[in-house]
Amino acid sequence: MTDNLTKTGAAVGEPVETGKSAPGDTFLDVRDLKIHFPTDDGLVKSVDGLSFQLEKGKTLGIVGESGSGKSVTSLGIMGLHTVGQYGRQKARISGEIWLNGRELLSADPEEVRKMRGREMAMIFQDPLSAMHPYYSVGNQIVEAYRIHNDVDKKTAKKRAVELLDRVGIPEPAKRFDNYPHEFSGGMRQRAMIAMALVNNPELLIADEPTTALDVTVQAQILDLMRDLQKEFGSAVVIITHDLGVVAELADDILVMYGGRCVERGPAESVFYEPQHPYTWGLLGSMPRIDREQTERLIPVKGNPPSLINVPSGCAFNPRCPYADVPKGGITRTQRPELTLVGERHHSACHMPQEERTRIWTEEIAPKL
Amino acid sequence: MEPLLKVTGLQKHFPIRKGLLQRQTGAVKAVDGLDFEVYPGETLGVVGESGCGKSTMGRLITRLLEPTGGKIEFQGTDISHLGVSGMRPLRRDVQMIFQDPYGSLNPRHTVGSIVSAPFKLQGVEPEGGVKKEVQRLLGLVGLNPEHYNRYPHEFSGGQRQRIGIARALALKPKLVVADEPVSALDVSIQAQVVNLLDDLQEELGLTYVFIAHDLSVVRHVSDRIAVMYLGKIVELADRKSLYESPMHPYTRALMSAVPIPDPRRKGVKGERILLKGDVPSPIAPPSGCRFHTRCWKATEVCKTQEPPLLELRPGQRVACHHPEDAEGVTIPSARESVEVTITKSPESPKAPEAPEPVEAPEPEAPASAEATESTEQADAPKSGEPAEATESPEAPEGAESVSKPAAKDDAAGE
Repeated sequence: MTDNLTKTGAAVGEPVETGKSAPGDTFLDVRDLKIHFPTDDGLVKSVDGLSFQLEKGKTLGIVGESGSGKSVTSLGIMGLHTVGQYGRQKARISGEIWLNGRELLSADPEEVRKMRGREMAMIFQDPLSAMHPYYSVGNQIVEAYRIHNDVDKKTAKKRAVELLDRVGIPEPAKRFDNYPHEFSGGMRQRAMIAMALVNNPELLIADEPTTALDVTVQAQILDLMRDLQKEFGSAVVIITHDLGVVAELADDILVMYGGRCVERGPAESVFYEPQHPYTWGLLGSMPRIDREQTERLIPVKGNPPSLINVPSGCAFNPRCPYADVPKGGITRTQRPELTLVGERHHSACHMPQEERTRIWTEEIAPKL
Repeated sequence: MEPLLKVTGLQKHFPIRKGLLQRQTGAVKAVDGLDFEVYPGETLGVVGESGCGKSTMGRLITRLLEPTGGKIEFQGTDISHLGVSGMRPLRRDVQMIFQDPYGSLNPRHTVGSIVSAPFKLQGVEPEGGVKKEVQRLLGLVGLNPEHYNRYPHEFSGGQRQRIGIARALALKPKLVVADEPVSALDVSIQAQVVNLLDDLQEELGLTYVFIAHDLSVVRHVSDRIAVMYLGKIVELADRKSLYESPMHPYTRALMSAVPIPDPRRKGVKGERILLKGDVPSPIAPPSGCRFHTRCWKATEVCKTQEPPLLELRPGQRVACHHPEDAEGVTIPSARESVEVTITKSPESPKAPEAPEPVEAPEPEAPASAEATESTEQADAPKSGEPAEATESPEAPEGAESVSKPAAKDDAAGE
């Protein structure tokens, strides 16, 4: 990430300061992304003004609870939300997604389709439903390869076996002909990673890649992902609710709440100097395996908001234990914007920064 | 203290039937010989990977399933083969909280009727009437008593889990078996429910058996923890010993696999022990020690002899031929002596007990802080090549006390 993101995260409605002029600097540049779904009950604002940047070779961890818009964001980047197909408006998407100097949202869907799988690929949470049960695992990888490369079947098979071997599947040539149901959960996830990597994508989005797996298998997969990133040098977006997983993999962390980014910054600052009450809540809710903890957990009270009626001001306001801290005349209906609170570290909270730092160091951190 | 629940040799084999005559061709050995006790007022955590039999164990001790073998004693009475009517009076004392807050509540019943069902079934008339008691319970678990007439779909996942908890607590049970009670919930909600369970235990003096796969949650709630692998308990110890100095290699691998929410530890790869492959099938579990197929310490003896669950340290029971030791430096000597004894007298069933005298006088001096450090260092190269690497980093450390040829023999044996 570069310094030009100082104010990019801000701005609902107002143009982004650093401007549309220099999108090529960063590899992935998402600006004011909004994804809304019209439903019978109202407009579901799954993602409501999200901006972030990602450099090649770096990993961004997107953290948030269910319904915070993490997965919708990833599908949005991949261009997998159907828009206006068959005369039906399914998702309303606005904003900009720049990948390698190209804007994806305004691009021809056919163009995006060609990029998908080749320049950007995705690893899904549940490999069993992400793979076709009637085709052998090998053939699915071959298919992904041959769509983007003009090669004969033999070459493609060689490539697929090579990839299966790389992701640690024993006897890859033999396993090539197996069907997804013949693989164990961890192996399926490996096979899916192989499928995603077969075209050496520059951007890899992993949506809860290890949530369905046991810890021992999760450790294998995380290790594999780390090694592969080093080897392939791709940019990785990892979406998860597990703070342990992001701490393990991510360079930068983006915390989402109610469809918006509430905090974003380098992993270390987000963990050690978090500047948003929701991030405090997440850290306080988390039982720790690495230390003896006698204190009670400090949960966030209440429930996540409905995305139809997101509170008009700060989405976290109804659950925020510091909602009553005086904020110098700012009303509850005013939306907090992302402001710079540290090096490359942004947070969206109305509380004065000194106050937040004080609360974190004096009240929250000692209890964790 | 008298245990509230005592389980000895508990087994549950699910038959696999095939063919026209539905002859039994095999069995899924979901639970295969468990021994443990639960004392009043404590929380026993049960952890393990999926398929290790922890949920089956929960269903056996609540007698939702009938054991194939072994004995379950609740407050001194044998309940292992009681029938439906025999169990009924005991149902008041043993209750269960289920994992899925959506599947465990009948969508067509109001919250009131769900929580009052136990009173009806048991024919209990609480003081002040059922409705008042149900509303008290709803208040107790942090729900609005006014919501008595609402249906489950009107509640969020966390609130539904609270309804399930209220129902489980209705008859003031002595033992509550919670099967993954928080794994379906979001982090912030999970913490709310964990705290609620904590408070209720304190308030009502409950005893929990807490089944979960999340080792962090288990560490937070449990007093003692049993680690299961393929239908067996591999280690059973109090929280502190288990998490700070696990002795079974599987426990250690499991602990090290949990990602630590601390970016400063990122890349400190050496701490992690990567197990190869997957859990074998419980239909045909490996012979001897069930973990030997994935264990980096496995030797011949592990393949043939099943290690008994022995109390190797006060309060820490381990089923392993080559137990790990927190006091890093002294492990090799202890371990070698085990192997030597066993290879010399394989027929002696007492053989695995041999390490005890050797281990007992271990200098406890290199206390935990230092010891863990040293083990971490020792592990560093391990992740790549577990089998051989284990020996090499430890050997130089133990070199003074252990004769090197012995170490070589050991390596050769592998």
